Amino acid sequence: MTLAGIEADIDACNGEAADAARLLALSEQVLEQWIIARGDTPTHETREGFRLLALHRQGARDLPSFNACRETCREIAYHYNLMEVSRDAALSAVANVRNARMMALVAKHLLLFVSGKMQSEKLGEFCCAARPLRQDEVTS
Amino acid sequence: MKTEYKRVAYYPGCALEGTGHAYNQSTREVGKVLGLELDEVKNWNCCGAMEVKNVDPKVQTYLSSRVMSIAANEMGAKVVMAPCNGCYHNLKKAEYDLSHDETSRQVVDRISQQAGHETYQAGQVETIHALDWIKQGVGEDELKRRVKNSLQGLKIANYYGCMYTRPRHIFPEKDQGGGSESTSKPHFMDDLLAAAGAENVDFPLKTACCGGAHVLSDSDTSTKLVLNILQAAELAGADVIATECPTCHSGLEMHQVRAEKVLGKKTHVKMMYFTQLLGVALGVSPRKLSVHENASDPLELLKSRGFA
Repeated sequence: MTLAGIEADIDACNGEAADAARLLALSEQVLEQWIIARGDTPTHETREGFRLLALHRQGARDLPSFNACRETCREIAYHYNLMEVSRDAALSAVANVRNARMMALVAKHLLLFVSGKMQSEKLGEFCCAARPLRQDEVTS
Repeated sequence: MKTEYKRVAYYPGCALEGTGHAYNQSTREVGKVLGLELDEVKNWNCCGAMEVKNVDPKVQTYLSSRVMSIAANEMGAKVVMAPCNGCYHNLKKAEYDLSHDETSRQVVDRISQQAGHETYQAGQVETIHALDWIKQGVGEDELKRRVKNSLQGLKIANYYGCMYTRPRHIFPEKDQGGGSESTSKPHFMDDLLAAAGAENVDFPLKTACCGGAHVLSDSDTSTKLVLNILQAAELAGADVIATECPTCHSGLEMHQVRAEKVLGKKTHVKMMYFTQLLGVALGVSPRKLSVHENASDPLELLKSRGFA
């Protein structure tokens, strides 16, 4: 799936129907896109119980600036746990919807950050948003 | 408390003379009320920001080192306070480079000699942020004692941005336990505003990227990143996003307007520098804190809650 497709799916999750497992999987797909674009194979290992955190660690290898999304990944993991616990604890529907919407926003932030990073590292295919970089390549 | 923070060399940086004027003004006002003295660094220059760093990082190291050299060698200062995250970050990075990299030392020495001033030597000054200055120069107990206009009832999302804590290795004083600042979950601003009576909300994007580096190359991504931060703050129940960086602050305010125009998404949360919020709590008038300069117009909110 493309980043644009993942973004559309995250946006579709940003409501009452949001599902923690689905949002976690979409977040993993964002990092998979990044790792594949860098010519690597996404890991299936986990860290602290989350593949997402292992993928982040892999994506930040030799590129410390990618750690700027480390806490975002950890917040996604935190919200996943929060939603799983709240399902068992029978929290109010309002609290569950709020947690789900927040997890979707944090997942969206990861996607936007990685999209920008893909551009600045000149990785992947882009629409007109990458125009300045492409123009630079044409003129140089 | 750190008594050496009572009087510090003040490095406002370029942004605080432009879009961040309100931050400059409110920092000075809060300092006055709290009995903290600022000696502005004489004839200071740009820290190198992003622009110079991208062209030649060693020149950026020199530019930041010159600021520290003036503070140490011409003013006899031991501490330099930089309220801007970009300046703070660059001075800390220069300090790290000069401590660890011989080439950086040689380049800085050569340019300093050509420029006709003493070469800065690593360790001559300690660079701190405005948050350190108030948190460790005054502390929450003293701040509580001085509050005249408690911010009780005001819900705040504290937004630190990405340069205040990253990369970790240039901030050796952080993550040391015992009340030191955390790079993964910074809390100094939360602590100060809680002491001023505010209610801090749980905000998951407190250190997330605001897209500041993409403002010109890809405004749409910046707008989406900011919109996400604003929506998350509102979802968390915040009335105000407290900021401590002029670039983040301007980005949040400008892209709030752009998100409404371009994406049709309106958000209502207000942006205020943490120094403006502390100033209000300390009884300083909003005009003296330049609250009227904030594009998100928080004055009405302050008035409606009885803070102004």
